[in-house]
Amino acid sequence: MLIPHPLLGPRDAQEFTYLGDAALLNRPEGGDEAAFHAYTHLRDNPAGPHRELWYHEQGDRSWLVVTRDTATHEIVAAELAMDVKGAAR
Amino acid sequence: MTRIPGGLVDRSRTLSFTFDGTRYEGHPGDTLASALMANGVRLVGRSFKYHRPRGIFSAGSEEPNALVTLRSGARAEPNTRATCVELYDGLAATSQNRWPCLDFDALAVNDIASPFLAAGFYYKTFMWPKPFWEKLYEPLIRRAAGLGALGRDPDPDAYDKGFLHCDLLVIGGGAAGLAAALTAGRAGASVILADEDFRLGGRLLMESHLLDDGPAAAWVAAAEADLDTMPNVRILRRTTVFGSYDHGIFGAIERVGDHLPRPETVRQTLWRITARHSILAAGATERHIPFADNDRPGILLGGALRAYVNRWGVTPQARDSDRVAIFTDNDDGHRTAADLVARGVPVLAVIDPRRDARRFGEYQLFSGATVTGSTGRRSLTSIEITRDGRSDVLECAVLGVSGGWNPNVHLASHHRGRPQWSQAHQAFLPPADLPPGMAVAGAAAGHGSPHAALRSGAQTAARLLDCSAALLPHAEDAPLCQLPLWHVPGRGRAWVDFQSDVTVKDIALAHRENMRSVEHLKRWTTLGMATDQGKTANVTALGVMAELTGASVAQTGTTVFRPPYTPVALAALGGGDSGMTFRPTRLTPTHGFAVAHGARLVEAGQWMRAQMFPRAGETHWRDTVDREVMAVRAGVGLCDVTTLGKIDVQGADAGAFLDRIYCNAMASLRVGKVRYGLMLREDGFAYDDGTCARLADTHYVVTTTTANAGLVYSRMEFARQCLWPDLDVQLISTTDAWAQIAVAGPKSRALLERVVDGFDMSNAAVPFMSCAALTVCGGVRARLFRISFSGELAYEIAVPARYGNALMARLADLGQDLGVTPYGTEALSVLRIEKGHAAAAELNGQTTAQMVGMGRMVSTRKDSIGAVMSRRKGLVSDTRRLVGLRAIDPAARIPAGAHLFAQGAARVTATDQGWVTSACWSPHLKTPIALGFLADGAERMGETIVAANPLEGDEVTLTVTSPHFIDPEGDRLRG
Amino acid sequence: MQFNGLRLLWEGLTGHKGWGPLWRDPDPKPEYDILVVGGGGHGLATAYYLASIFGQARVAVLEKGWLGSGNIGRNTTIIRSNYLLPGNEPFYEFSMKLWEGLEQEFNFNAMVSQRGILNLCHSDGQRDAFRRRGNAMLLAGADAELLDRDGVRAMYPYLNFANARFPIKGGLLQRRAGTARHDGVAWGYARGADRKGVDIIQNCEVTGFRIDGGAVRGVETTRGYIGAKKVGVAVAGSTGRVMAHAGMRLPIESHVLQAFVSEGLKPIIDGVITFGAGHFYVSQSDKGGLVFGGDIDGYNSYAQRGNLPAVEDVAECGMAILPALGRARLLRSWGGTTDMSMDGSPIIDATPVQGLYLNAGWCYGGFKATPASGYAFAHLLATGRPHDTATAFRLDRFARGCPIDENGAGAQPNLH
Repeated sequence: MLIPHPLLGPRDAQEFTYLGDAALLNRPEGGDEAAFHAYTHLRDNPAGPHRELWYHEQGDRSWLVVTRDTATHEIVAAELAMDVKGAAR
Repeated sequence: MTRIPGGLVDRSRTLSFTFDGTRYEGHPGDTLASALMANGVRLVGRSFKYHRPRGIFSAGSEEPNALVTLRSGARAEPNTRATCVELYDGLAATSQNRWPCLDFDALAVNDIASPFLAAGFYYKTFMWPKPFWEKLYEPLIRRAAGLGALGRDPDPDAYDKGFLHCDLLVIGGGAAGLAAALTAGRAGASVILADEDFRLGGRLLMESHLLDDGPAAAWVAAAEADLDTMPNVRILRRTTVFGSYDHGIFGAIERVGDHLPRPETVRQTLWRITARHSILAAGATERHIPFADNDRPGILLGGALRAYVNRWGVTPQARDSDRVAIFTDNDDGHRTAADLVARGVPVLAVIDPRRDARRFGEYQLFSGATVTGSTGRRSLTSIEITRDGRSDVLECAVLGVSGGWNPNVHLASHHRGRPQWSQAHQAFLPPADLPPGMAVAGAAAGHGSPHAALRSGAQTAARLLDCSAALLPHAEDAPLCQLPLWHVPGRGRAWVDFQSDVTVKDIALAHRENMRSVEHLKRWTTLGMATDQGKTANVTALGVMAELTGASVAQTGTTVFRPPYTPVALAALGGGDSGMTFRPTRLTPTHGFAVAHGARLVEAGQWMRAQMFPRAGETHWRDTVDREVMAVRAGVGLCDVTTLGKIDVQGADAGAFLDRIYCNAMASLRVGKVRYGLMLREDGFAYDDGTCARLADTHYVVTTTTANAGLVYSRMEFARQCLWPDLDVQLISTTDAWAQIAVAGPKSRALLERVVDGFDMSNAAVPFMSCAALTVCGGVRARLFRISFSGELAYEIAVPARYGNALMARLADLGQDLGVTPYGTEALSVLRIEKGHAAAAELNGQTTAQMVGMGRMVSTRKDSIGAVMSRRKGLVSDTRRLVGLRAIDPAARIPAGAHLFAQGAARVTATDQGWVTSACWSPHLKTPIALGFLADGAERMGETIVAANPLEGDEVTLTVTSPHFIDPEGDRLRG
Repeated sequence: MQFNGLRLLWEGLTGHKGWGPLWRDPDPKPEYDILVVGGGGHGLATAYYLASIFGQARVAVLEKGWLGSGNIGRNTTIIRSNYLLPGNEPFYEFSMKLWEGLEQEFNFNAMVSQRGILNLCHSDGQRDAFRRRGNAMLLAGADAELLDRDGVRAMYPYLNFANARFPIKGGLLQRRAGTARHDGVAWGYARGADRKGVDIIQNCEVTGFRIDGGAVRGVETTRGYIGAKKVGVAVAGSTGRVMAHAGMRLPIESHVLQAFVSEGLKPIIDGVITFGAGHFYVSQSDKGGLVFGGDIDGYNSYAQRGNLPAVEDVAECGMAILPALGRARLLRSWGGTTDMSMDGSPIIDATPVQGLYLNAGWCYGGFKATPASGYAFAHLLATGRPHDTATAFRLDRFARGCPIDENGAGAQPNLH
């Protein structure tokens, strides 16, 4: 796969490591165990567009939010996780 | 000899080769198959199941029969298709799957037993008596199965891997591929043209077509010369594009040295090609027509027969006088007959089931007739033809069979698009949902005539690149009309899949047993599972099944194709990264010192670390380790600890950030101080530990374990970028930037005083758990950490990595009078077990802070990763604790990995109370000691328990103690 | 119709005219007592045991495609019970015991072949971990042996002992482990279940659950509504998709695992070998193909196909441990969708919807579990209680903090 890095252009996916659903950006605040359980363990796991976290480990070490279709592997967007997080506030 | 004039072989030179030990001759330009044919060799192999005699069936990579073992010894290459082997001088090939020899194969008895070996027979028997399966039946089956034999010696050849990028990848260098490459090349696009053959041209080389009134081969040569002048075009000959992967990435294997007696550089190269666009121009594969006993040597595909005549100037006759017949259900077979006649090969008859079939030349035509049988023990001697219920026998030695052409859609379907049945073509065409960026041209898209193939190649490239199509030569444009005869009905066995020995009867049986869906059919009969992947069988089998069910072929469906297109050597896929280069090797900064001092090295992940430093006279590894341990306890030792991960954390919010990373507090750490830190995973389990040193208000240095250095760093970047981007903090890994040496033992201060540049080393100035920046050895920048893994007075000193080896040597030199001793990872481990420090075996991802005795470190006054989840009931209620374990008998051995039981308890899962994590002989205590997790461990100090190791048949009685075997009050390390 | 050698002889002599369909193709009835969603190995085994052990007569299996088309149709056929944790090991050992009598029980030769599995270790730490695991296996009634380097060499002299980046230190051997013919297992269970009256309905995709008052009443399918008192879902790989119809988010991600087979070769590898310094395992089928695989690609996927880096990694690892493999050729590769759970272990449990039960989360290891999974799921469906060996596979274990994490990798599926 090729990941369209927002700063570096298309990069081979082999340069990246994968974490999972970008919902992991939304860490709960406070001490609610149930909220943390859902955050840590439960996933939408869609067959279709999926926003997910990739880490450019053998590159610029940025974390990206990549929107990729899990049925076709087509990538429609890649953003810096810091930007996504910034926009969310 | 059955050479005829003409063809694209260089008769001015002769190459010598052997097959089953017999010496033969061929010419440059031959394949092994054409050269065998030229020497009149007709029997070349045996089928998989029935060990039927088999000859050359095709002229390409679809070959099901002519499999040989090429070369010998460690270079032996089993199951090699003779049709794809470029002849070289000295080539040695042997037949396979026969015993004792190809002519007399003992397992040909299977053919006599074939009535009992129908599709799926093994699922129905071999079940009684039960033990016989593994003792008798299966070993017999395994011995009989398989094809060629793999050598047991390491592959001696070299392999390589590379990356290529292009605007357009053209797969296949036939008419369509050449036209596409010319179009794109002239438009200035970067083009890669890959073809599996050693010569460009594809079917153009095998036909008698004229292009612009000249031979096709001449046009091919001109086109090739044209492409060679274009710097933007790269031609990869002998290169098979075997898979289409995501985002325009293709895998390809270039056979760099396979056509040479010995590879000059590498044998094969794996290319990962990233292409903006691709054109699949892989041509088509001919179908055969199953009839009774259609598998004898001498029976081959009509298009292959034509190819051997036209390209290689050779026929499959044993003698010039042998007669040739053609069985065809379409005009293509007549083209073969016409070409043969034109080249002076006697064509006895063309048998064509179409009543309105017409002749293309001077030969006898049996229209409305079929071939219904054949004879000939080891090769064809006669065929039976049947017309209107009347049968005749024709003596002939060669039969070309033409059942129409199947487009090679494989790569177009690698993204799981299903090929579509075309009623007009009577064949499967590429799917509508092609891999992104791909287009299909030429015969692969159903454009089979030379004119149509050339035009479709050029126009497809022009469309993809938005440029004008290349000028093309005039060529014949007679579209092929196919009306397939899927098989000739009859009582004999009619082979569909030659290599797997799947006959029409097997398909009928699958139908009867409700194995009708394509996948069930395939799996029940093993159709298409052989090394040819069913290239000549699968579509025909679908046609037969469709007839049986009464459904159309379209309704019967097709299977999807998966990589690789043709089989690929595993060594090539590995790209040469084997042996010592399997993974990178990381050397510590003091590697030179270690080697010079006779260190034994050990793998620690990618690192090579000094395991111990044996001295003359030490006969057992423990002599060495005990000495090194006692040197640290009594004097001073040196150990390279560079491999521990080091992460620089800087910024105004560095403390706040680390507070969230570690379960214990770090923001409150004062400048110049060091604190032990424990990280949890978000699910609350213990993750990694290390030290956290505050060098300045906005500057921390943290360490991680060796194993987790990269992981912890990425996790900290995740926290910084994804969780708390508002914090003013920056991270950088400095593991490789700083060499770090542990200087441990009561005399460590005395030793370090000799290297520091006037720095006050007193206990008051550098107390336990403090740190400082300083210079050593006359101006070398350094960092000093007073931390201890051994429980002794100890320091770690870091210098820029390039000074590490020199510092180590200087310390070893200056400390001779102090008894300074370099020590390795074994002694390091014994020292930490004696002190009761948790390491990888205790922090194995399954344990909690509470279990390792650090439950109270998890701060409840702040949020940190894993803090909330560590309070879950399941974690909190776990009573297992890290304990010390001391053997009652000093002569006993405590095996790490033994399980712990109360005395007298049954040794079963239900009464299992824990396990030994780490164990060693303690030279300090003169007894075996261990660490382990024990249920209710905190309340069981002094209890006698048992460590059971049924795996090796031993048990040891232990006393439960504190894990701190040495200096539990910590006087030594604070001294 | 009973299968045996005599019958085969008779049919061979008479042209194989007497064989009938291995199973019927019935139309769905309006209602069943128990519906099993998923006609893969686990679903078919569940139906088989429901009918044969638990006396359930009105059972149907609903399969979206052709029976056996799930991961039972694409895996590396390994059976073993070499687990560490008490939540797992007794279950897998139960499965192994079921494998040992399976073929005689369902009268179908699934080629269960106990030629052993050897896990190689390459460091002292790994050997200590193997000792812990081997002892756990013995304590649970399974078999295990710890081999040193010479012991490994005696079994497989052509492994890389000469030039290895990570030298072989020894191995953990389970002799009762081995392989089984994966399709044969599906067909054996399907035929066995069919013979006991279970309706196996192919080409019938579940498109929704009818849930009323917190209880399941039946399922909507592409062949119409089918009522049921209980519904068991065993669709590993598609669990997320199917359970989304019931509005459930699960501790599961779908990932792609590729597997590979070489051209047919004369016997060279007798049992199963796993590499300990990389992801690679290999065995050789009775037909002669080397069957091998490695790590998952590592990203969420339902595409049933993977990419080159994982292929290359597997080949590198294979060459690193078995340098003679180089001249063998990869013949076919395929990609299966696996349910990667958050702790690497499966789920066999009731769901919050009354009457709706879930069998899922098998990661890349569901094949070996097929018999026990079917048995335990049938037990749960029939009695409402978990089977003795499957009490840890609860859906709420993640919330409670009782994961069954063999690798200690935590809640990140692509690390298991």
